[in-house]
Amino acid sequence: MSYELDALVESPPRPDLPDFSTGDTVRVHAKVIEGNRERIQVFEGVVIRKRRKGLASTFTVRKIASGVGVERTWPLFSPRIEKIEVVRKGKVRRKNLYYLRKLTGRAARIKEKR
Amino acid sequence: MSIEGLLGRKLGMLSIFDGEGRMRGVTAIEVGPCYVTQIKTPDTDGYTAIQVGFGEAKRLNRPEAGHLRAAGGLKLRHLAEFRGDPSAFKLGDRIGVEIFQVGERVDVTGISKGRGFQGGVKRHGFSGGPKTHGQSDRHRAPGSIGSGTTPGRVLKGTRMAGHMGAVRSTVRNLEVVARNDERGVIFVAGSVPGPKGGLVRIRHARKVSK
Repeated sequence: MSYELDALVESPPRPDLPDFSTGDTVRVHAKVIEGNRERIQVFEGVVIRKRRKGLASTFTVRKIASGVGVERTWPLFSPRIEKIEVVRKGKVRRKNLYYLRKLTGRAARIKEKR
Repeated sequence: MSIEGLLGRKLGMLSIFDGEGRMRGVTAIEVGPCYVTQIKTPDTDGYTAIQVGFGEAKRLNRPEAGHLRAAGGLKLRHLAEFRGDPSAFKLGDRIGVEIFQVGERVDVTGISKGRGFQGGVKRHGFSGGPKTHGQSDRHRAPGSIGSGTTPGRVLKGTRMAGHMGAVRSTVRNLEVVARNDERGVIFVAGSVPGPKGGLVRIRHARKVSK
């Protein structure tokens, strides 16, 4: 597949977003629309997947919220993402960290990249 | 400026964000530029229409070249007529994407992709036969095609295998999600008939729903 059509879009990607990869722990500040109100919701967790598809790229963040695993996927270049902070760089050997879904507690830790 | 529509070329599909930050699946269509090649009036032709040309022709035969001479001798590949108010145009005028606004609805006509000779399952959505219980050679069969001695023939128009696709088809009421003036491209929500690079006819929606 090629992404030459992406070049036709007038508002190109976001240079303000930091470079992050799977295994990193990030804080995503996302705009949430509730009725007619808009607020910023922060979601902190481990990036378990980054799908590279030009403008349609997405990434998935996983965290454990009150004992339950929660995953959220955003389009990488979504205007609804206010900002992304990289909290911790992780050292991993896979592209997609689906194995984390089966692990909990200490087993689900990721080594920090130095 | 008032013309019902224009010719264009389908570029392909992609995803973009609309004004509210939602991701939309859209088709990019290169609209025009089209050039006015003839203005039909009730006096000379019995009806009103604006004929426009689109695309560069490799070569023209003499009648074609003669027809286009009045519009400035452009080598245009495709000609089409659209309704509209001809008083706003003169021969040779260039018309482009500016006639379509973001947020409006359009109808897009094209020649659908040719599928060749296809069976009933693909062509008409038949269910095919059972996959198991001793079936042989019946998996994609059409089943019964009619009654017995009465009427003793197969009714006309019975859906069967045959040639599929490569017919003119129109998709109505597609929303224009975005526009790129520099490249002369509009982004229309949803899919559009035809292959990438295929000729399409875009017009303001005739019937706007919802």
